[in-house]
Amino acid sequence: MTTTLDAIAGTAAARAILAGRPRPARPGTLSVALAFGGRALRKIRRTPVQLFDVVVHPVVFTLMFTYLFGGAIGGSTGRYLGYLVPGILVMTLLVTTGTTGAALSIDLASGVFDRFRTLSIRPAAVLVGALLGDVVRYALASAVVVGLGLALGFRPHGNVPGVVAAVLLVVAFGISLSWVWTALAMVMRSPGAVLGVTQAVLYPLSFFSNIFVIPATLPGWLRAVVNANPVTHLVTAVRGLMSGTAPGGQVAWILLACALLTAVFAPLSLRLFRTR
Amino acid sequence: MTRSSALAVEASGLVKAFAATVAVHGIDLSVPAGSVYGFLGPNGAGKTTTIRMLATLLRPDAGTARVFGHDVVRDAAAVRDRISLTGQYASLDDGLTGRENLALLGRLHGHSRAGAASRAGELLDAFGLTDAADRLVKTYSGGMRRRLDIAAGLIVTPDLLFLDEPTTGLDPRSRNEVWAIIRVMAAEGTTVLLTTQYLDEADQLADRIAVIDRGTLVAEGTSSQLKASVGGGALHVRLNDPHDRPAATRVLAQALGGAVTADADPAALSARVPAAGPAAGETVARALSDLARAQIAATEFALGQPSLDEVFLALTGRPPAERSPEEKAE
Repeated sequence: MTTTLDAIAGTAAARAILAGRPRPARPGTLSVALAFGGRALRKIRRTPVQLFDVVVHPVVFTLMFTYLFGGAIGGSTGRYLGYLVPGILVMTLLVTTGTTGAALSIDLASGVFDRFRTLSIRPAAVLVGALLGDVVRYALASAVVVGLGLALGFRPHGNVPGVVAAVLLVVAFGISLSWVWTALAMVMRSPGAVLGVTQAVLYPLSFFSNIFVIPATLPGWLRAVVNANPVTHLVTAVRGLMSGTAPGGQVAWILLACALLTAVFAPLSLRLFRTR
Repeated sequence: MTRSSALAVEASGLVKAFAATVAVHGIDLSVPAGSVYGFLGPNGAGKTTTIRMLATLLRPDAGTARVFGHDVVRDAAAVRDRISLTGQYASLDDGLTGRENLALLGRLHGHSRAGAASRAGELLDAFGLTDAADRLVKTYSGGMRRRLDIAAGLIVTPDLLFLDEPTTGLDPRSRNEVWAIIRVMAAEGTTVLLTTQYLDEADQLADRIAVIDRGTLVAEGTSSQLKASVGGGALHVRLNDPHDRPAATRVLAQALGGAVTADADPAALSARVPAAGPAAGETVARALSDLARAQIAATEFALGQPSLDEVFLALTGRPPAERSPEEKAE
């Protein structure tokens, strides 16, 4: 090692490594986003523990609700499973988006983002690249939920196209919602605080929705809350797609929500990222 | 390459305030291209905040700064094309290997996949990290991290390299390695702007030094200009018997004609040596023989450069004060 450093100071070859060279052209936004996506994938592959929440959360909630409460809520565990699986899919994805915000917050605090920000790359590519890695997590989470449901006897009438469409819709919503947590991560300094806020928002939104229970069984005031909850609309659309009823209006409503969330929070995140 | 007469950095009236404190309070700078320029100051002096503004990471609240003629706010993209920054806290991804860190940055600089891989290999080799290249960065020692961090700033050789406290927390050997790298970079034409808390580091490396305290620039010049303004240095003496200290204080004050301060160690004291240059040795020799003649036995003595504390004392009339940890704020 010391010899190498002597070489740095001494030999022409070592000097050449540090000497100025023509600078490559600025990279395109797509290749930057892909480079960041690759970074995220590499980390997922290396520390599979990161996927703990993605895998364990849906398994625990599916088993717990199906066998513990399924009979009481849905009449039988088999019937309840058909009701629950689309809901668990939504809840898992929502909770996973919270991890996105916390992970970004850790990145921002680590100093490595300082270096990224002094490079001649578009800030948008940095954030989009980070999201690319999250899409992989979201896809994996969806596969776990659907796979477990199928193993337990879930037989959606929408068949493969319906299930695929449902997963795509939930992932699209997850990506859009991630922009909210991205903006939050820019504002809040601590990863723990970001995670705390996302959970404080996402768990109530999940429980006070139609994920687990049929709103008709609730008292009137609570039914009003549940019906106003955007998660309820998302779950209704996903259930519709999975059961093959093609709920066009519901799906359009969700896509509009996705567009709105992205239109507001993506530029806001970028702005905060640039001026941070 | 840039003409040597050109300025790498020109700043005037830079101000940055955080929630409660003003971190930088009107700093003017001109850093000649091709030089090594040192920011010297204690923690919380505003060094990091200044560097972050120059490196386009923070927007100044007031004042302007240009890097190679490009405004750091309006023309940030052009500035980013010329600089690289190695921050105070390693700007590395702990969850990737050393090689992956460099290859990713190579891609982000616009290298092809193959080009990025070969540049990464080259730098790992040059910085003595080949053996550790495929280990996760979180397993690296402090010195290895620093080297990788600096290598990461050199993937595309910058015209201006910011190094924020490049040797803080390093053992002496790693520190010497970092110094060697900085010297080569400077010799190859890169302007280096570094911050440090250590006078000897600024002295060893920097062509010019800006002394920063409480968000303002209190002095600027070459190392010898600064030292001349402070005095010749300090004579540190450790006595055999602590009870001799009052007597020794009198003898040294008379022999050196300057202030003598008692150290925390009850047997130790430090005296200012007023004359700089070759005459200092003679003066000190006379002071030590005066001690011997007074039957005061010294177990150790050392002639030191003025410490940062002494520079501060001389320049600001008070010791450097630790402030709230502004350096960590963003």
